[in-house]
Amino acid sequence: MGPILLLIIIVVIAVWVVSAYNGLISLKNQTVNAWKQIDVQLKRRHDLIPNLVNTVKGSMEFEKDTLQAVVDARSKAMASGGGGAAGVKETAAAEGALTGALAKLFVVMERYPDLKSSQNVRDLQEELSSTENKIAFARQLYNDVATSYNTKQQQFPTNLVAGLAKAEIAELWEIEDKAEREVPAVDLSLKKPQG
Amino acid sequence: MTAGANLFEQQAKNRRLTVAWLVLFILFFAWLGFGGDLAIYLAAAARTEGQIPYRFPWIGFVVTTIAAVTAWVSWRKGPQQVLWSTGARELTTPQTFEEKQLVDVVEEMAVAAGLPKPRVYVIEDDDPNAFATGRDATTACIAVTTGLLKVVNREELQAVVAHEMGHVRNLDVRLMTLIAALVGVIVVLSNGMGRMLRGSGGLLGGRGRKASGPLLGAAAVVFVLWLITLILAPFISRIMAMAVSRDREYLADATGAELTRNPGALASALEKIETHEAPTTHIKEGAAHLCIADPLGRDVNLKEGRLADLLATHPPMAMRITRLKGMAFQQLKAAGKLPTA
Repeated sequence: MGPILLLIIIVVIAVWVVSAYNGLISLKNQTVNAWKQIDVQLKRRHDLIPNLVNTVKGSMEFEKDTLQAVVDARSKAMASGGGGAAGVKETAAAEGALTGALAKLFVVMERYPDLKSSQNVRDLQEELSSTENKIAFARQLYNDVATSYNTKQQQFPTNLVAGLAKAEIAELWEIEDKAEREVPAVDLSLKKPQG
Repeated sequence: MTAGANLFEQQAKNRRLTVAWLVLFILFFAWLGFGGDLAIYLAAAARTEGQIPYRFPWIGFVVTTIAAVTAWVSWRKGPQQVLWSTGARELTTPQTFEEKQLVDVVEEMAVAAGLPKPRVYVIEDDDPNAFATGRDATTACIAVTTGLLKVVNREELQAVVAHEMGHVRNLDVRLMTLIAALVGVIVVLSNGMGRMLRGSGGLLGGRGRKASGPLLGAAAVVFVLWLITLILAPFISRIMAMAVSRDREYLADATGAELTRNPGALASALEKIETHEAPTTHIKEGAAHLCIADPLGRDVNLKEGRLADLLATHPPMAMRITRLKGMAFQQLKAAGKLPTA
């Protein structure tokens, strides 16, 4: 009776270790994948900005500073990007600055009615603000997945196999810039005209 | 994370329900087919006074085969048929600004849910409404009416699409497609067999020797039960399907709010859908239970109560709006941004 009981206990423990290990690996891959989704959207934004700047440059002679700020923030963000999950904080800061600069540009653009009524600008603005939204939602998903990954590897008893799965705490993408938090308010300009 | 836990619970519940429905239907078809055979068999046994002749249970086999084939076909083709019945057209290359915005919003919600982008459809209909269908996330389709595009703003459109994305993520679309396929088979079979019975009446009739005894009694009981199931099956299966769809609306509202983190937008979208209600021209009964709001404007959906619980495909709109506003209030409270007025 003794050896059989021992065998059963060993099998149960082995099954648990395998499933806990696999669960952690699955969450780890989900975290990495969620980060990649943010990256895709960030690249898309980088690609769209020169288009927007070129389109509005002519009509916004007097707003050179605002435009230049966007261009600068973009090159800074591009330089800091692609660092993988390791450089979350750095990327977050640079991209947050770019979001802020873009929001400012959108506010300034409101002062140019002919610019706003141009179909081309409207399309570009919709595309950019959609990309902004996608960045925000991709970040939301990343933070959610990373949080459950972090919780899992710290919780008992899963933390016992965390070393085996080479699990490390994933850094969250926090919004530190206060200006960026208020971006949704700026988006009001993008609402469809009623009626 | 409680939201995540809820999601997995719901997915698991939907998987269990899917299996339960399949088992129930298999049993039901077995009864529908082999029960008929049993009645005939018992009747024959009664006629021959205990000498039981061998009979191939052909009703059972025919019914099972037809049911399996039809269910399989409508499981594979169901989503396309639903879209086709509403005259929806797929948006592959958006032309207008509104269409572009719709595609953008769907892409945003797919990113938020971490799922592949569903295919987007537009229905030319003034009644503001939307629905999702498909078998899983990779075959999912989201359809909205032109009426909806007209009345809601971008935020509200996002909320509606998030609600539909919730149906996709919670695997509601799979369950609903399966149920629609199975209910369809029941209705077809029940109608077909009813007609067959009328055509070739007297299967149990006593040709030859006069039959009697307990075996004939048993045959009669089985036959009556069988007939009752045949007649009631379409109604019962529809009522069950409605109950399943009704439960899922609250949950999709919650999932939608979780995706956008903006329950207030869905509340105001639902209010607009309610007030801009127009007679629907394209959404037929077959797609009604999939929609975000009941397109047929049935009064029964407005009430809470036992009858409403039985017949409505959607929970009362006022109830849903109240719950969403409650969520929005909690969100504001948590963020410390409550208006002081």
